[in-house]
Amino acid sequence: MRITCPLCGSRDSREFSIKGHEIALSRPAPDAGTAAWHAYLHLRENPAGMTAELWYHGAGCGAWLRVVRNTVTHEVLKIELVRDVTGAAHAD
Amino acid sequence: MRIDGKGMINRSMPISFRFDGREFQGFQGDTLASALLANGVVLMGRSFKYHRPRGVLTAGSEEPNALMEIGTGARKTPNVRATVQEIFQGLQAQSQNRIGPLHRDLLSVNDIFWPFLGAGFYYKTFMWPRRFWEGLYEPIIRRAAGLGALSGQPDPDRYEKAFAFCDLLVIGGGPAGLMAALTAARAGADVILADESAGFGGRLLSETEAIEGKPGAVWVGETLTALAGTGKVRLMPRTTVTGAYDGGTFGALERVGQHLPAAPDLPQDCFWRITARRAILAAGALERPIAFPMNDRPGIMLASAVRSYLNRYGVAPGQRVAVFATNDAAHWTALDMMKAGITVAAVIDSRADAIAQGDYRLFAGGQVITTRGRRALDGVAVRYGSNETLVKADCLAISGGWNPTLHLTCHTGARPVWEDTIKAFVPHKGAVPGLTPAGACTGVFDTAGCLAAGIAAARDALTELGMTAPDIAPPEASGDAGTGQALWYVEGKGRAWLDFANDVTTKDVKQATQENFRSVEHMKRYTTLGMAPDQGKSSNIAALAFLADATGRGIPETGTTTCRPPYVPVPISAMAAGAQGKGFQPERLTTSHAATVGRGAPMIEAGLWYRPGYFPAHGETTWRQSCDREAGMVRNTVGVCDVSTLGKIDIQGRDAGAFLDFVYTNTFSTLKPGRVRYGLMLREDGHVMDDGTTARLGNTHYVMTTTTAAAGHVMTHLEFVLQALRPDLDVRVISVTEQWAQFAVAGPESRTLLNSIIDTPISDETWPFMACGLVAVHGVAGRLFRISFSGEHAYEVAVPARYGDALFRDLVARAEALGGGAYGMEALNVLRIEKGFVTHSEIHGRVTAFDIGMGRMISPGKDCIGKTAAARPGLNDPARELLVGLKPVGAVKQLTAGAHLFEAGAEPVRENDLGYVTSVGFSPALGSYLGLGFLRNGRARHGDTVKHVDHLRGVETLCEVCDPIFFDRDGGRARG
Repeated sequence: MRITCPLCGSRDSREFSIKGHEIALSRPAPDAGTAAWHAYLHLRENPAGMTAELWYHGAGCGAWLRVVRNTVTHEVLKIELVRDVTGAAHAD
Repeated sequence: MRIDGKGMINRSMPISFRFDGREFQGFQGDTLASALLANGVVLMGRSFKYHRPRGVLTAGSEEPNALMEIGTGARKTPNVRATVQEIFQGLQAQSQNRIGPLHRDLLSVNDIFWPFLGAGFYYKTFMWPRRFWEGLYEPIIRRAAGLGALSGQPDPDRYEKAFAFCDLLVIGGGPAGLMAALTAARAGADVILADESAGFGGRLLSETEAIEGKPGAVWVGETLTALAGTGKVRLMPRTTVTGAYDGGTFGALERVGQHLPAAPDLPQDCFWRITARRAILAAGALERPIAFPMNDRPGIMLASAVRSYLNRYGVAPGQRVAVFATNDAAHWTALDMMKAGITVAAVIDSRADAIAQGDYRLFAGGQVITTRGRRALDGVAVRYGSNETLVKADCLAISGGWNPTLHLTCHTGARPVWEDTIKAFVPHKGAVPGLTPAGACTGVFDTAGCLAAGIAAARDALTELGMTAPDIAPPEASGDAGTGQALWYVEGKGRAWLDFANDVTTKDVKQATQENFRSVEHMKRYTTLGMAPDQGKSSNIAALAFLADATGRGIPETGTTTCRPPYVPVPISAMAAGAQGKGFQPERLTTSHAATVGRGAPMIEAGLWYRPGYFPAHGETTWRQSCDREAGMVRNTVGVCDVSTLGKIDIQGRDAGAFLDFVYTNTFSTLKPGRVRYGLMLREDGHVMDDGTTARLGNTHYVMTTTTAAAGHVMTHLEFVLQALRPDLDVRVISVTEQWAQFAVAGPESRTLLNSIIDTPISDETWPFMACGLVAVHGVAGRLFRISFSGEHAYEVAVPARYGDALFRDLVARAEALGGGAYGMEALNVLRIEKGFVTHSEIHGRVTAFDIGMGRMISPGKDCIGKTAAARPGLNDPARELLVGLKPVGAVKQLTAGAHLFEAGAEPVRENDLGYVTSVGFSPALGSYLGLGFLRNGRARHGDTVKHVDHLRGVETLCEVCDPIFFDRDGGRARG
């Protein structure tokens, strides 16, 4: 598998490590309640198909990436900097 | 027998080699198989199960029979295909899977008992008595059924791995591959052309047909010159592309030194990872045999192989050749042999309307129904119409048609498609994104078609690459693909082999269906068909066709088994090249490494780092003596220890304090510049991630230390928090672990020592406990932190890494002058256990701040990572296993890490388990073993006696539960 880092270009997946689903970006408020925190910490889908994941370019630039890919075909559809995703959210 | 004037071997370069101890001569350009055939050796091995004599079936990497051991002693490599192995001066080859000499293998007795050795025989026969299986039956079966033997010694040979990148990877250097490479290279694309043979050209080297009026080999030579002229093509001969992976990644095995005498530093193989923007598969096709009774005798080989041996190697595989085929290949083979002066005994063409194309005896509509001969073929029995006759022949060329070599198109999960017009599977369209099959591997079997397909595939690839294809006309060549019919097997008496390599016959497949293993995947596993080193390249499709008939289904409904990488066997040593011994993982060495090793300190691995266990002094014979002395040194005078391996993260920015408040449980924004604070970091699920000290060097500048083990993990975490959760913060972080050499200087004399090396002396007033700042160390700009992991008056002094070696030597020499010296990990561990400081032995991922007595470090006034989850009731239950200190109080004085804790009177079984011991050490200061561990409700049990039981080492010790801080509870020594 190869991942095209927006900063470094096309790289072998061994330069990256995966954190899992992008839900990790949606940290609940401290008072969001047990159910919200339980879902954030522990509940994950196991999709056969499209999913959005977070990958870390640890052997490269240190950027966290949001990677949209298909777990069945292994096709990578979109890669963007997490900072661009969350930065935009914060700007709102 | 050599044929004069034939072949592309270099007759001016004779080469001698040995096979089973006998010396033979061949020529440069020969494979082991062609050289043996040239010497009249047709018996090359024994079959897997029945130990039947076998000769070579093919002339390529798909060979199922002629597997040999190459080399001797530790350099021996088993299961090498004689059809791939090129000969070189001094080559030593041995036949395998035999007891006694090859021509009189004692295990050939198996062939007499064949009726009892069918598919799954061992599941049924060796059932009883049960205990005999492991001790008796299995070893015997394994000895009898098998392949070559490993040397059992470490492999002294070198292997390499390498990476390559290109615009276009062309897999296979036959007519389609050559034209694809030429077209793409002329367009300016960076091309890699890989072919598993020693020479490019594919079948063109083995056939007599002309291209542009020239012999195929001549045209190939000219094309290679043209390719070289473009300067854009990297030719990779002897390189088999073994697997197709996601994202245009391919694995490839290059035989670098396998064909040469051993030489220093010459690698045997190189395993390549090739990344290609586009790829063209031009792997050609594999001829398929026909399953007729007794079709496995030495001398029976594929018709295409017979032509290869004749036309490429100048070898006649027999003196009297018969041909049995379902297609025009039969006649081409006969004509080639006759032109070379070999007698063609007969051509048996299964088609009733076949017409002879030369002066040979033709059995139209004929079939070979059995063969004879003991260690070599002697004759074949032919049935034609209602007649039968015996034809004397020492070589039988067979052809059941061709199977496209589409394996790579299946490697990412696609299934091939049955094409009824050619009675073969072809690649699924778009099977591997970016990979275009072209030529014979798509079922195009004529040369003109392959040449044109190569150009067309390159054009498509160039368009996708955004390049312009040049105008290239396909060279003039034959458009005759020949015709044929499907004939998979011939009914008759006797065994008809489908899989030569694993000794699977049509009877075995029939038996599998009778026992209801009707799915192709079940049949395969029950009979082991296609599971040999050749992975069924010559057998899978025929077996599938036979299975389809036996179960009354068509081939498409029966389906295929799955082709997985690698296409050919890849030595593990090639994939693991460089990863043996010290090459297994990188070594991280501190700047004090040379000085430390020079003092005879045994090194301990800490992650990738190497740290000293202890520094043996003159006269010390055990590590404990050194450890006790070093611990005492720190408590009484001064010790020096390299702590550079701890992670150091530089944190700068306007919001650095706010950032630290968010990642640490406690508050750092209020820390004054010039001060250090201990910090505790949680995971978001409320468990402890790491701990360490963070120093504030300036208003917007902090330096965080992490534990050695978690440095990388913490760095990843900090980047995540910054980029994903707190992009609003103006902060940047970077690892500076390797930029600074840092040494702990600990003990009552530590300040005395430091003041002798820093330009401006310090005092308690200028540099109190937990102070930090910049100092000049012998004039070098450094940093000084008054922190203590030993509980003593201690400092850590840091200098740029290039001064580390000099500073360490200087510090140790000065410490020794004061009666102290260097100390290692063992003493460091004892000192921190005495003080109850935790390491990752304690914060192992399942403990909370509450568990280690630091619950109150979670600041109530702010949010931080892990705070919400850490507040969950279950994580703050006093009945949890909580950190305690342990001291032996009974007759047994020993404690061991990993022991479990029980009530003093309870039986030490799992149900009664109360906790466990994480760290132990002998404290010379307190004259006792001390332990840290986790005990249920531990903080309420100080003063109680529990039983420490190490079931593994057989240690049972009564302990008193106490506070984890054993030594200097009020911390006066560190402040003093």
